[in-house]
Amino acid sequence: MIRSEILSEIAPLLRDQLVVCNIGIPSQELHAIDDQPSNFYMLGTMGLASSIGLGLALAQPKPVVVIDGDGSVLTNLGTLPTIGNNAPPNYILMIIDNGSYGSTGDQPTYTGKKTCLAGMARAAGCDRVVEVQDVDTGAALKQALEAGKATVLVVKCDSGNAKMPVIPLDPVVIRDRFMKAVQA
Amino acid sequence: MSKMNIDKKIVDDLVANDISFVTTVPCKQLAGVIEEVETRDEVFHIPANKEDEGMGLCAGAWMGGKRPAIIMQNTAIGVTINTLATLIQYYRMPLPMLISYRGELREPVACQVEMALHTKALLAQLNIPTYHFHKQSDVEEFDMILKHTFMCNKPVAILTDANFWGGYGEQ
Repeated sequence: MIRSEILSEIAPLLRDQLVVCNIGIPSQELHAIDDQPSNFYMLGTMGLASSIGLGLALAQPKPVVVIDGDGSVLTNLGTLPTIGNNAPPNYILMIIDNGSYGSTGDQPTYTGKKTCLAGMARAAGCDRVVEVQDVDTGAALKQALEAGKATVLVVKCDSGNAKMPVIPLDPVVIRDRFMKAVQA
Repeated sequence: MSKMNIDKKIVDDLVANDISFVTTVPCKQLAGVIEEVETRDEVFHIPANKEDEGMGLCAGAWMGGKRPAIIMQNTAIGVTINTLATLIQYYRMPLPMLISYRGELREPVACQVEMALHTKALLAQLNIPTYHFHKQSDVEEFDMILKHTFMCNKPVAILTDANFWGGYGEQ
């Protein structure tokens, strides 16, 4: 499975959650598959989805699902110790690990070679780290939502992108409707 | 005012302005403020490993209903320009940045002067409101600067130099 197929499959689960979605094609795919005010789309700033989601989870009690990528986590590796030492039970970091920089032309990342993000998350102090294959994403995400523990979920899948339009929303609109969804 | 009282006044102003989420990347000059933040129950302190990561945390905390602040060194301006432009400014979020302005008068480390030369120019290029605390009495404006930041929903820089802190390592 590629990322867009996974997102289509888990869209019914994501719909009721606060979702912080990674820059580029992941946000475009989520927006096209199931746009919700409770989705925060990153339009820039590669690497910070996990950090934004962590700040959000620490500031309020609703579950937060971060949809991140292997390339983006690699660019902000300092996030893992911060998560490992601070993440509250309502925090789920789901890393769609397709071993490539999807938005820039599918150049390989190191996670397709020797580097293991689940191992790095464990070494950084994250207590609940789950690695699954693409077909098991829905079940693993459901378990993470029910676990009542901070979770890092690494989803191994195929590299590839769906052709989706650029998000036309103004950033302040995205942020404003998201904050209203947080408060609702 | 003693350095300890400045640290306390700064954190008092943070608390009085309902800032309850503070992230830090340390600097020797700011050590006292960070220590003071740790003592306050009203403030959640989360150390960041890099300043752009810290700004991501602050953005999330603000969307979650908490007023954030970041405490960092001016070298971090070189690290965070993309984050300031494409996250904090683009989504229009408030962010007070309490910055130790290394490389100014009374600085003992020559390399620090290199980023000091670029600090104000970069902040000006980004249209970031910038305040420079050089004398101890400048701290009196801190409360107003915080109110201004959350009024206009912008990142705001407060540069605090060695003279403001009573010298670097010569206290």
